[in-house]
Amino acid sequence: MRLLLRRAAFYLFTAWAAITINFFLPRMLKGDPVSAYLQKNQGLVSPEAADALRTLFGLDTGKSLAEQYADYWVLLLSGDLGRSFSHGLAPVADVIASALPWTVGLVGIATVLSFLLGTTLGTLVGWFRGGRGDVIVPVATFFSAVPYFWMGLIAIAVFATGLGWFPASHAYGKGTTPEFSAQFIGEVIAHGTLPALTVVLASLGGWVLGMRNMMITVLDEDYVTVAQAKGLSRRRVVFAYAARNAVLPQLSSFALALGFIVGGTLVMELVFSYPGVGKLLLDATNAKDYPLMQGLFLVITLTVLVANLLADVAYAALDPRTRQGEV
Amino acid sequence: MFTNRKSITGLVILGLFALLAALADVVAPFGPLEKDYTALKQPPSATHWLGTTHLGEDIFSQIAHGTRGVLLVGLTAGVLATLVAVIVGVSAGFLTGWRGESLSALSNVFLVLPAIPLMIIVASQYDDPSLFLISAVLAITGWAWGARVLRAQTMSLRSRDFVQAARANGEPLWRIIAVEMLPNLTAVIASSFVGTVTAAVLGLTTLAFVGVIPITNLNWGTILYWAQQNGAFPEFWWWYVPAGLAIALLGAALSLISFGIDEYVNPRLRSAGERARLQKKRTKRSTA
Amino acid sequence: MTTLELRGLTKRYRVRGSGHMLALDDVDLSITSGRTVALVGQSGSGKSTIAKIITQLERETSGRVLLDGAPIPRRGRGLRAYRQQVRMVFQDPFASLNPYHTVHHHIARPLLLDRVVPRAGVDDEVAGLLEKVRLEPGLAARRPHELSGGQRQRVAIARALASRPALLVADEPVSMLDVSIRLGVLNLLAELQEADGLGVLYITHDLATARHFSDEIVVLHHGRVVERGPSDDVILHPRHEYTRALRDASPDPDRHFGGGRTADTTGSRS
Repeated sequence: MRLLLRRAAFYLFTAWAAITINFFLPRMLKGDPVSAYLQKNQGLVSPEAADALRTLFGLDTGKSLAEQYADYWVLLLSGDLGRSFSHGLAPVADVIASALPWTVGLVGIATVLSFLLGTTLGTLVGWFRGGRGDVIVPVATFFSAVPYFWMGLIAIAVFATGLGWFPASHAYGKGTTPEFSAQFIGEVIAHGTLPALTVVLASLGGWVLGMRNMMITVLDEDYVTVAQAKGLSRRRVVFAYAARNAVLPQLSSFALALGFIVGGTLVMELVFSYPGVGKLLLDATNAKDYPLMQGLFLVITLTVLVANLLADVAYAALDPRTRQGEV
Repeated sequence: MFTNRKSITGLVILGLFALLAALADVVAPFGPLEKDYTALKQPPSATHWLGTTHLGEDIFSQIAHGTRGVLLVGLTAGVLATLVAVIVGVSAGFLTGWRGESLSALSNVFLVLPAIPLMIIVASQYDDPSLFLISAVLAITGWAWGARVLRAQTMSLRSRDFVQAARANGEPLWRIIAVEMLPNLTAVIASSFVGTVTAAVLGLTTLAFVGVIPITNLNWGTILYWAQQNGAFPEFWWWYVPAGLAIALLGAALSLISFGIDEYVNPRLRSAGERARLQKKRTKRSTA
Repeated sequence: MTTLELRGLTKRYRVRGSGHMLALDDVDLSITSGRTVALVGQSGSGKSTIAKIITQLERETSGRVLLDGAPIPRRGRGLRAYRQQVRMVFQDPFASLNPYHTVHHHIARPLLLDRVVPRAGVDDEVAGLLEKVRLEPGLAARRPHELSGGQRQRVAIARALASRPALLVADEPVSMLDVSIRLGVLNLLAELQEADGLGVLYITHDLATARHFSDEIVVLHHGRVVERGPSDDVILHPRHEYTRALRDASPDPDRHFGGGRTADTTGSRS
């Protein structure tokens, strides 16, 4: 319990740090496009929206830095992230909210799948070390070095355009409106398969190799030898004894890798024109839509933090040592 | 740690890329932006080994010249990040109390911040970033992992008897860290360096592909950017496949070197395969 | 004649979550040059804590540490001088030497730090010290992993003697060595003590060697001194029951089993 409290405190601190960095970010950026925008579109921006923008971007030259910081927090806690230039001044929070579920769904499903598949494969390869399974090491090494977006390009070329099995872009067919019908869900799955498959394939190699190494280290331990000597079935030894212990470090590296996976997926969304936060960020960068960029950075960071926290909870649940009191 | 098979393979491949980068002007038959309007979008041929782009530029030459950008930025970012990682990580491991804890918290914060969005936002600020600036941006997002590993290693070293003996003999602190502890950390530092270079290469090519880094910095990601923008898809495979393969190959080479170092550090991995094979031979012989 | 005195030494460690652990409780001890004092006790009795406090790797919670009657200096030149006088030999020969450096480095460092000899004379002094611990001078170029456990421990002793200390703390110097070579190392320590007039604090859990090599035995149990006296007295006529239990724990071929003394857990009669 204490451990979780410490981790929670750490995450709160990191969240605070991320928000503060976000506060300083526009002040470090060159130029002042926000003022320029506000001037250009004076009649179109409501006074509250203009105020919010000024607070977010530190244009309140009248106030001290501490006051600006306090205002910033008030704004954030009320859920106001400003207005998006490139989306007709729609609230940034709304724009992000419409894109976030797509990314979370895609990354969430693909990463979990990849982790499960890779860990199982790694377990088997680690168990059968020295045999034919070892050929997977160079293969997995190569695949783990492939950039996600390039794999996406190849996947589109082969499966979408070449074989025509899957649609090449977007989350659902053009002209379809989102609703809770079987047809819509079917379209979502069809469109999401290729991007998800790309993420799975590209990250699989890393999990396989990591788990294999952990398995090899664990299998050397005496308690595994004892388990085998006791006459336990091979399946029990491999899964209940060896893999159970080897998977723990994998979980913590999973948490660490989340930031990296999210990054790779963001760019991949560009390749597939998938309407997630990645594509949103890149479009915003090109359009110099600073409020949206700032809001996205915050949301993405906080999402990764939450995911890390969940992974830590899972780790604590699985590792019996953390359940024991404080020693 | 550099003599096992995996390391050597990785080093050889890396060496080949380094040669390519150094001798690009000699090896590449054309300049990277040299246009040949008679051969637009040509598949690989005798004159153009990897085919041409929509403007008749030789793709092989582009890849050869692009190697320079990739390696330079990758290595610079690796050096910068590892330097920071060593300073922060070793100090965090050696110092106790609030000083060590706050350094550790600092590296944890940077570890959790998602790198690519940060890089995209920062890199998009500059119209013509120098190679050094790009390396710096990559280093800022990449140092934290190495710092964390180094902190763990330093903490375990610190409680070892030979460090205690040095303290009891009155060795000054800087000597304990620099002369007694650092040499024992070289393997970890090397592994962290290689990992950081890999991440930097991926980060660089990603940023170039997205178009956030201006095209004046030629690297493999830029080639993919042009391919994407100019409708290379999906028919003109010779345009976008080689660049990606090059990234994967370089990444794989670096990973192999990293594995070689890992096996040196963790001897169990080294002999795992051999022992298992030996065991199989023995049981086969005894049951024959 | 140098004397190190511990008076009323107490050490309390803070344990995360559940308060304190008392490692040492009001310990009195003194070491004098020319004499060996054995500190005997089981694991966790606080023996190593005393060693760490004497060498100032840790600070005592309360009590005093006096060198020739004066409290030991805690910083600066005074601390340097103190460290030169009191040296330690660690328990684990595999861990107390830096795997990266040569034997020469290990022995030369204290010579240079304390300026025992001018720079030009370091090599000769290293060779001399190696001979003193009965090692070949040619070993100086080797690294720890090329040496056996006994050789490493001798190097550790040479390193400790380099600064020409008055007092030596030997923290279980032979417990991690093969039984067959323990006597050799202990005899070496005894010879060196006589030759250099060292005062030795011999920390051990082994009563037999404690009796053989020391003039005085101090028995430590859960951080408290439960018995002390001349070695033969303590061994032959132990007064505290813990000391008796320690003595009885060493196997004696002349004693018979089955006399109801030892608990027979198997219960079988085969």
